[in-house]
Amino acid sequence: MTTSTPPTPTSSATAPEQINPPGGTERRPIGQVLRSQLQQSLAFATLVVLIIFFSISSSSFFTVSNISGILLSTAVIGILAVGTTFVIITGGIDLSIGTGMTLCAVMTGVFITDMGLPLIVGVIGGIATGALMGFINGLNITFLGLPPFIATLAMMLIAQGLALVISGVAPIYFAEQAFKDIALGTLIPGLPNAVLILFACALVAYVVLSKTILGRYTFAIGSNEEATRLSGVNTRKWTILIYTVAGIFTGIAGVVIAARLGSAQPQLGTGYELQAIAAVIIGGTSLLGGRGSILGTLIGALIMSVLINGLRILSIQTEWQNVVVGIVILVAVFTDSLRRRREA
Amino acid sequence: MTTHLLDVDGISKSFPGVQALKDVRFRLDRGEVLALVGENGAGKSSLMKILSGIYTKDDGTIRFEGKEIEIDGPRAAQALGISIIHQEMNLMPHLTVAQNIYIGREPRGLGGFVLRERALNKKAGELLRRLRIDLDPRQEVGELTVAKQQMVEIAKALSVDSKVLIMDEPTSSLTASESETLFRLIEGLKADGTGIIYISHRMEELGRIADRVTVIRDGRYVGTLEKGSFDVPTIIEMMVGRHIDENARPATIDTHDNDVVLKVENLSTRSLVTDVSFELRRGEILGFAGLMGAGRTEVARAIIGADPKTSGTITVNGKAVGITKPTDAVRHGIGYLSEDRKALGLLLGQTVSENILLPSLPNFTNPLGFVQPAKGRNVAKRYVDQLKIKTPSVQQVTKLLSGGNQQKVVIAKWLERDCDILIFDEPTRGIDVGAKDEIYALLTDLAARGKSIIVISSELPEVLRLSHRIAVMATGRITGFLDNEKATQNSVMELATRGHE
Repeated sequence: MTTSTPPTPTSSATAPEQINPPGGTERRPIGQVLRSQLQQSLAFATLVVLIIFFSISSSSFFTVSNISGILLSTAVIGILAVGTTFVIITGGIDLSIGTGMTLCAVMTGVFITDMGLPLIVGVIGGIATGALMGFINGLNITFLGLPPFIATLAMMLIAQGLALVISGVAPIYFAEQAFKDIALGTLIPGLPNAVLILFACALVAYVVLSKTILGRYTFAIGSNEEATRLSGVNTRKWTILIYTVAGIFTGIAGVVIAARLGSAQPQLGTGYELQAIAAVIIGGTSLLGGRGSILGTLIGALIMSVLINGLRILSIQTEWQNVVVGIVILVAVFTDSLRRRREA
Repeated sequence: MTTHLLDVDGISKSFPGVQALKDVRFRLDRGEVLALVGENGAGKSSLMKILSGIYTKDDGTIRFEGKEIEIDGPRAAQALGISIIHQEMNLMPHLTVAQNIYIGREPRGLGGFVLRERALNKKAGELLRRLRIDLDPRQEVGELTVAKQQMVEIAKALSVDSKVLIMDEPTSSLTASESETLFRLIEGLKADGTGIIYISHRMEELGRIADRVTVIRDGRYVGTLEKGSFDVPTIIEMMVGRHIDENARPATIDTHDNDVVLKVENLSTRSLVTDVSFELRRGEILGFAGLMGAGRTEVARAIIGADPKTSGTITVNGKAVGITKPTDAVRHGIGYLSEDRKALGLLLGQTVSENILLPSLPNFTNPLGFVQPAKGRNVAKRYVDQLKIKTPSVQQVTKLLSGGNQQKVVIAKWLERDCDILIFDEPTRGIDVGAKDEIYALLTDLAARGKSIIVISSELPEVLRLSHRIAVMATGRITGFLDNEKATQNSVMELATRGHE
């Protein structure tokens, strides 16, 4: 009889016993790689299936103008989702990105329309507003020790209030066409610039997350914050930086939405944070931290836009669209928890 | 006078309400292994946390290579060359082996912001080869076994040029052969002049690797033994402060004629347990011995309905019962006390009284469903007296009790729930040598008062000390029963290894 290592009785709390042939060099089996990417691959497959389904159901779905419209409607949520992916990978959450985006849009309006500052200054000012909010979130979480949920919930309300106060509860309009072109111009014919900005944001975020120290510590903090701290990493500093990065993306989203609408709408914004978080989760980033990807987030955001657009083309009532998105989130998180249960 | 590598003197540290360390001292020389021993809560970990910069000392001096120093953070300790392998896993499971080893010290390019992943993997690969640890640097740590994760911890600690290496129970999750690899590694480090502080509960290891042994008890220095002058009974006596008999047996009580309270026939589960049958009589303590993975815990879990069974019948007090979930087991008076008390047996943040009453709460409510705290507290107080639970009051938060007293709270909980059959899985795991005796006395007393007890234990002296009868398991089957008078460590091991060629 060949003796194999029997599982230990305590294995319920630990990783499954893995038996490696002695002496053999270990390579990661392809199955393992696939499994760790499962959620993301699943999301991609879902996206493809949705596109095929809607293309068959309606001839007006897979047209250049409709696809371009879907991409445009993904831009704002997508940029927010890309930024908040960092926060969620650390095991945190940022509820302030929706109304924060609105405050950034309002500030951009104040700088450009009310104060008459040059365009570029206004845009940088709007983005800096976002960075400042993220920075304050980070301070509150690390130095005051507030749970991210609470700290960013407070910031969500503060941003909402400030946006209304500063704007006097009235939209701020942008006169210059050049500003509107930030979102609606077409450097590439047929493709709104907002979409280019989304892709640029995603590309930068991808590089930062996978190739830099900031990205490494984002995963490390989400995986085991205490261990990271004990390894001599200044986790407070990096956490603040990560929330600031998320804030920068919030600022970019604020500029893009203001440019797209030609105005800063102070009443807008609530609900965007939840849609962005939903996109991140559908894309396979774990709410428990330590796992996630920008590509997944992008796919997640596209799934939501395709769904909403497709349902609209099929003339399904707007009210039902939220129900469908809700179900998609349930299914996505359920498959994720199934995978984790198998791993445990 | 030659300078010592590390000379620690008069260290004191208190936390609110607790004096963790008082006037503790020890010294460490280059190229030696100093074993630091003491019961849980004796202050070993606090002392090591001071050395590695996680805690700051209230008083005392630390001299490092003759110079008095202050260690004010993990980085300061690292810079001095003091590294620590923590007892609790301190790894990032989602990162790879290489990423874990060099966290905070990654090879970088482009202004220190961009990671040089290939250089990182190469560096880690070289380190692992030098340490003769067989691991792929690119493997994700969460996918490794606990033992291999421990090797990653060790590699991480050794990746900086350490002059002092602190190992806090490094072998607690290693197999014998993995421990041997570690010991060889330690010998190599000694030869290089590294001073090693080695904390362990495994007495048999000390003779193998320690040059000197320093004992602390209740946060105070007890004494230091030089190589050749220490033996296990002496060390234990210094740790506990009194003599402990390792070869004790239970008083012979004949339970053969008592009623059978639990009868298990042909029990099998999908994964491991095969055709297990046994009887448990009133007042009997039945020990379950066997190697790790023999299926003892799995038998218990199948009996109480925590895991599904594929076949088998269970009879309680002569009546066949269908148990498909743990609540069924409790209803039939079977209580299971998990080996993982902290995670599965207790609400650590709640009080002693709340824990004891939890399963029986409906008995302590008035007709409107409101809990009657006074009534419950009196019952809890009775158990605190009866089981000699050391706690200032029943309102004490359970977390603050010692392991032995926490175990007693779990026992009280099941007694109040009227459980007549108690299954203990590793009843003294994580409990100090001194407190073990108290748990043994308590179990023996419970049996004498008519409770029927199953004890699953990996410690043979414990099984022999407690059980009237011993069932030995190997690879999911019971390979034999032994009456205590006839059982020896050898006869149990012979049955436990049956089927393992």
